[in-house]
Parts: sequence; structure tokens; C-alpha cells
Amino acid sequence: MQITSPAFKQNAARALEDAGLQKALGTAKGAFLQRRAAAVANLPEFERLRDIGRDIKNHTLANLDHYLETFAANVEKAGGQVHWCSTADEARDAVLAICRRAGARTVTKGKSMISEELGINRHLERHGIQPVETDLGEYILQLRDEPPSHIIAPAFHLNREDWEADFRRMHTDLPKDRVFAERRDILAEARTRLRERFLAADVGITGANFLIAETGSSVIVTNEGNGDLTQTLPRIHIALASIEKVVPTLEDCTSLLRLLARSATGQDFSVYTTFSTGSRRPGDLDGPEEYHVVLVDNGRSNMIGTEFQEMLRCIRCAACMNHCPVYGAVGGHAYGWVYPGPMGSVLTPSLVGVEKTGNLPNASTFCGRCESVCPVKIPLPGMMRHWREREFERHLTPGAARWGLGLWAFFARRPGLYRLATRAAIGALGLLGKWSLGGKGAFRSLPLAGNWTKGRDLPVPEPGGTFMARYAAGQRRR
Amino acid sequence: MSRDAILGAIRRGLKRGPLPADQRAMLDGRLASHPRHLIPARSRLPRPEQVALFIRNVEKEFGTVERVPDLAAVPAALADYLAAQNLPAAFPMAPHPELLGIPWDSRPLLQPEPRRAQGTDQVSLQHGFAGIAETGTLMLPSAPERPTTLNLLADTAVVLLRASRIHGAYEEAWDALRAEHRDARTGGHMPRNVMFVTGPSRSADIEQTLELGAHGPRRLHILLLDDDPAALPPAA
Repeated sequence: MQITSPAFKQNAARALEDAGLQKALGTAKGAFLQRRAAAVANLPEFERLRDIGRDIKNHTLANLDHYLETFAANVEKAGGQVHWCSTADEARDAVLAICRRAGARTVTKGKSMISEELGINRHLERHGIQPVETDLGEYILQLRDEPPSHIIAPAFHLNREDWEADFRRMHTDLPKDRVFAERRDILAEARTRLRERFLAADVGITGANFLIAETGSSVIVTNEGNGDLTQTLPRIHIALASIEKVVPTLEDCTSLLRLLARSATGQDFSVYTTFSTGSRRPGDLDGPEEYHVVLVDNGRSNMIGTEFQEMLRCIRCAACMNHCPVYGAVGGHAYGWVYPGPMGSVLTPSLVGVEKTGNLPNASTFCGRCESVCPVKIPLPGMMRHWREREFERHLTPGAARWGLGLWAFFARRPGLYRLATRAAIGALGLLGKWSLGGKGAFRSLPLAGNWTKGRDLPVPEPGGTFMARYAAGQRRR
Repeated sequence: MSRDAILGAIRRGLKRGPLPADQRAMLDGRLASHPRHLIPARSRLPRPEQVALFIRNVEKEFGTVERVPDLAAVPAALADYLAAQNLPAAFPMAPHPELLGIPWDSRPLLQPEPRRAQGTDQVSLQHGFAGIAETGTLMLPSAPERPTTLNLLADTAVVLLRASRIHGAYEEAWDALRAEHRDARTGGHMPRNVMFVTGPSRSADIEQTLELGAHGPRRLHILLLDDDPAALPPAA
């Protein structure tokens, strides 16, 4: 996927002007939040489960080599194959080779972010194989030739009108005057459309929410059932998974599942949580004859042992972006790569390099809501701060920002001068306020701070001097 | 080889070589004992209330439940349900001994066909392995007598479940599977496929609003067989 993250500022400005996007963001606002809050309130043990989730993932990462080897051995025992892939190129070629050997013409796909990261669809198309996205959101994005804007609700940026227009545009064999009275009419049309594709596909590709070392299973969590049809009906099932998806046991996975759906859509449990282990057994009446796990690193092992290791705990629930004021204002496409929101601002620089994504860690107000809702307690703002430091150290920060930070640092290291300077600034603002506003109210605009005051007002300083001066005076009175 | 490259990079990051034998043994011990973590208190209930919680949670997730007193009552309950929903009386059924043993000829119009499901089937009858009260979830492990397609392809999925098979938490259902299932290929407890199903299929992809009737069944109906005297609701 083309990276447009360096243009975050322009992307964001465009997103703020995009009436359709703003409408979609407005409609969506709060839906996931309220449902999550209700689900969490309904489970008094939720906070303790977050600690448990964090600890399970930490234990796994500390022994990741052992659990991956155990996982691979158990997949093979169950009649499956594991394809270890260091890079995106290797993973794409592994998928293509399986499809080619099967003589595949069409491939159905369940929703998978790693597939987006690897660009599987383009690769298959280029080699004459037709991929068919079957998750409802991914299906319309394939019709529109757009990337997802959210990791669990890919069509987060679309309105109902967009769905209707695209279905009319693409499903031209259906009556033009058909009525979409309800959202479920859109759903029904997609269901009918995709049913034949499910039955005709030669290969089914899914992602994996978890891999289980103990049993050699891949786990998918869905509401629609499309992932299950994708992995059950075709002759071959390929599960794409990155290395950090592995957990030791069914019990470990079960504890994380208690966190996942609640944090994501606010459901207590998703409709379908499915554990796939190997290929069809003797006597089975259905299920794939071949089962492959394409195990992808693509930059993750380099995060181990760094200050970004904890990011590998992520279970892709999207609570961080659902609760992020920046995501809520500009949507997912502005972030310019596969993973948007706070988790993307940390993960994307790790996977594609900070020089290509420098602006993402700055796309945060550090309000901390992402960390406070993260089911595995990833310190997202702290990690964005690490990226900002690296960006600064490597001179990737723009000149004006560097100059401003340097100036501030000069004063911050000299408290006497700092106090003097703030006193002078407060005094000057106070005088300006007295002269222009009679000493009351707020400045609507200020010289040298036009961008700041464009979005908010600055109150005229009250008499009594700076915070430090008033604090000192208070101390003396006590 | 990529396998070695990936494992090597992980070990470099962890600042160590391959784990020494004693630590590997410790981790394998953890895998073998698969310790449970915290289990929420919500499902720690006396049996009748646990079953009631299961039913309540199935209904909360838009499934339906009908209690039947014994296997002989299943054909009538199913025939009435299908008639009320205007659904066909011929349907694929899991070739499970328990379902095959039901006296279907008590309702001669019903035509259960022991087979997997096809894309055109409107109704299917599956055999439930376990129920989980915590979230109203069915556990459906695959087997020759329990084909996975019966969970997925029909518009209306009907599942027969014994009340004695309702557990409080997922972990207890895993324990039942560990105890009762031997996989023909691995000798372990995991069959090819285990589905946890909670209500009928749905999607929230259009404007983040949950709508029923995505790719899986539009309806999920559970026939709950009251085989557990301890789990019956208190007599009125």
C-alpha cells in the first residue's frame, strides 16, 4: 500500500473539509464507545482481566521463539503446513504459490489487516487470480478500490447513501428501481451476491486473531460468518498471521477473548469465534483438504527488545481509535497507511520506518484515553513520545518546530530566566488586554499565534501575576 | 531460511540464545497444565439459575430457546417451529447417534436428511456439544457426526442441546472437550474445527449499526432438552 503518512497534515485538512466523511464520523461517534462502556460495566472483573491479558502477552513475548516452534510443530501434527516468512515479499509469494499449485481462479477472503499490510489482493490480481473480499465492509471497499479506514469496521468513513449508490453502480444486473428501505436490504443484497462466490472459490484466505501453541490452532473472531464460510467451503484454507498472534494455551486465549469483543464492538462475545486446527479428518463431511498458516514477521521481530516491544501485545480491538479525538475528527485514511489511530501511530513507524511516517506520533493530544481503554494496557502515549524523541534526534522535525522547542528548552533549563520571561509575557498580555478589551474577556486573535487562536480564544490574564508568583505568595501566607 | 532468521531475530531482541532445556521444560509444563486464569463470577450459580442465565443470554443476542422434556418431544417441537416460521420440513441433520435415534416418524411430514449442509438449504439441525451460560454461547466441535457447514449455510440454524451440557464458563466447556474428544489424527483433544456461536449472524459495517442476517444463519433456534433434574426451574 502507498504510504501517504508524511502528508498527514494535508490529509487531515482535507478530511476536515470532507462533508461526507464528517457526516459518517458524526453518525459513528459514540456508537462503539457507549456499547463498550455498557459491556465493561456489566463485567466487574474487567480491570483485573486487563492485567491478566497484559501478563499473558508479556509472558508469550518473552518466550516467543519457543511458542512459535511449538505452534508450528502442532500445526504439522494436525496435517497443516506452516510457511515462515520474514518479509512481505516472501509472504505474498507463499500465498501465490499455494493458489497456483491449486490452479485457483477465485479466492474468497475474510477480513484481515495483515492481508492489507502485505497487499495480497494486488499481488493475486497481477497474477491472474481474482480475490473476493467477503466481509461486508471489505466487500464495498473492494468495489470502491479503497483501503479500510478502521481496523474492525473497514467502511467507517461511508454513509448509507454511499452503500446504496455503489451497489446500484456495481450490481447492474439487478432492477434499477429496487428500494433499499432499511440497512438490512443492503445486507441482504450483499449476502445473495457473495453466496455464489463462497461456493465457487478454490481457496479461502483468512487472518487470525490468535494462534494457539498448545493445539496448533488459528482463531478468527467475526460477526457475519463470512470468515467461517471462507475457511470451511473451499478446498484450501490459508490463515495469514503475524508472529505476535501466538498465545500458549486455550485458557490464555479464552481470557483474551473476554477482553476482545467488549473492547471492540461492545459485545460480550462476538457471534462466531472459531478455532481451526489442521485439515479435514478421515470421515469428516466438510472442511478444507489443505490447511496452511503463512506466518509473517515483516519487521515485528525487530521491535523485540526495544521500547516498542509492548506494542506487540496489541489484539487489534480498535478501542484506542474509537476513543481518540484525533481519529474522531479526521478518520482513518488521513493516517496514510494500513493501521490508523493511536495503535497505528506507534506501529506504522516501527514497520515502515519513522522517516516515512514522522508525523504520525504527532497526531495526538496525549489525552491518554487510548491507554486508559487498551485491553492489554499498552502505554501508547509514552511510545508516541519515544517516536517524537527519535524523530527529533534524527532531525526529521521541521525547522520551525525544532527552533521553537530549542527556545523553550533554553528557558526551561534556566528557571530564573523562565520566570522572568513568563512574568514579562504575562505583563505584556495583561497590558494588551487592558488596552484592547478593558482587562476582561478573551483574545480572539493574537499576533504570532494566529494558528493557535484560529481554533480557540485565550483568556486575558487575571491580575496577580504568573502561577509561580501566586503560588509563592500563597506559600508565604500559610 | 526464514524460520531461522525469524527465530534468530527474536532471540537477538531478547538478548539470549535458544532457551536452555530446563526453561523449555518449564514452558512445556505450563502448556501441559494449561492453567486457568480469572473466571468471572457471573456464571457461578446454582444449576437452575445457570441454565436460566444461558437462556437469557441467548435471547439477549437474538437467538430463541424452546425447552423440551425428552427426545420424543423433539419432532413435534421442531415441526411446530418450522410450520410457524413457514419453513420447509425437509432439512439436513447432523448424523449424530443422538439425533438419528429420535423417533422422527411421530411427525411423518418431517424429513431429516443425515448429511452436511448445502448452499440452498433453508433449515439445518445441528447437535450441540456444550452451552456456555456466561454469554449464551454454543460450543460446536467438528466431527464426522457434527459437520461444520450445518452451523453456517442454512437461513435458520436449529441446534439440539442437552441442559446437562450447559456450563458456566468457557473453561469448563474446554475441559469437557479435553476429557471427551480424541482426535483421529493428532491423538489430542482438538478436532479440526471448534465453533463458539453466540446468536445469529450480523454485521455492524453499515454506519456501525448492528443488523441481523449477514452471511451466516438469520435465525438461531435452540431446542433445550431438559435431561438434568437439577437444572429444572423451581416448580411454580
